[in-house]
Amino acid sequence: MANPTKVQNFLDIFGTWDPSLAFVMGGAILVTAPGFWFVQKRSTPFFHDMFHLPTRNDIDARLVAGAAIFGIGWGLGGLCPGPAVTSLPFATSGVLVFIPAMLVGMSLAKLTALPSRKTIPA
Amino acid sequence: METEFTPFASLLGGGLIGLSAVILMASHGRVAGISGIVSRILPPAIDTKGLPQGLTFIAGLLLAAPLWFGIIGQAPVVTISSNMALLGLAGILVGFGAVLGNGCTSGHGVCGISRMSGRSMIATATFMTTGVVTVFILRHVVEG
Repeated sequence: MANPTKVQNFLDIFGTWDPSLAFVMGGAILVTAPGFWFVQKRSTPFFHDMFHLPTRNDIDARLVAGAAIFGIGWGLGGLCPGPAVTSLPFATSGVLVFIPAMLVGMSLAKLTALPSRKTIPA
Repeated sequence: METEFTPFASLLGGGLIGLSAVILMASHGRVAGISGIVSRILPPAIDTKGLPQGLTFIAGLLLAAPLWFGIIGQAPVVTISSNMALLGLAGILVGFGAVLGNGCTSGHGVCGISRMSGRSMIATATFMTTGVVTVFILRHVVEG
């Protein structure tokens, strides 16, 4: 996943398609799904007092719009946050451009999500 | 440019990503979403309480490269076909989209689907679709 061309080839189903990435995701889920199930049979994690699990199950516009924008960026660059951070020490020019831009994008999105100032009742 | 189909290496790598997610869940009860872990320690509204944990996890991600180098002896193959301006735009979109949509390939694609989260399944289907469309336009319309 740290090789952008390989990621783009996974997405290029009408061109030089390389299905490898599906095996990364499949391998991860094969371990994570039973692993999570087993771990959550405990009442608490080992080094913390509670599990922090996402509780929302509504599908809202932010979720779909965010994922859609994410996918466009992922397709353009062939990089997503995990592999980008992981390959940062190799210091290829690609990640050195991508990571700062990604951090700016994240901060911008956090700005839009800040609760708007409440008006004080007169 | 074609890349070699690597089902076994990919399955093994995916398994290690899964193991990492299970360990984080078992130790601290958290979902291993990289965009969440990174964005929580960025301004505005820095999560100061979670800062040490977040920095430790990121340090671990950064240590993987020297570890790889120590074991394999050479850097992994990295081929970037996009130009630098496109990569900058890609970075902004990836960061913005991941925070807006509450997750990326790790948080939604691996952890969320493993928890059978409907939100994560919708998110994953959405970013896969826009990713395919983007690469199609980039390679077969613009460059084609």
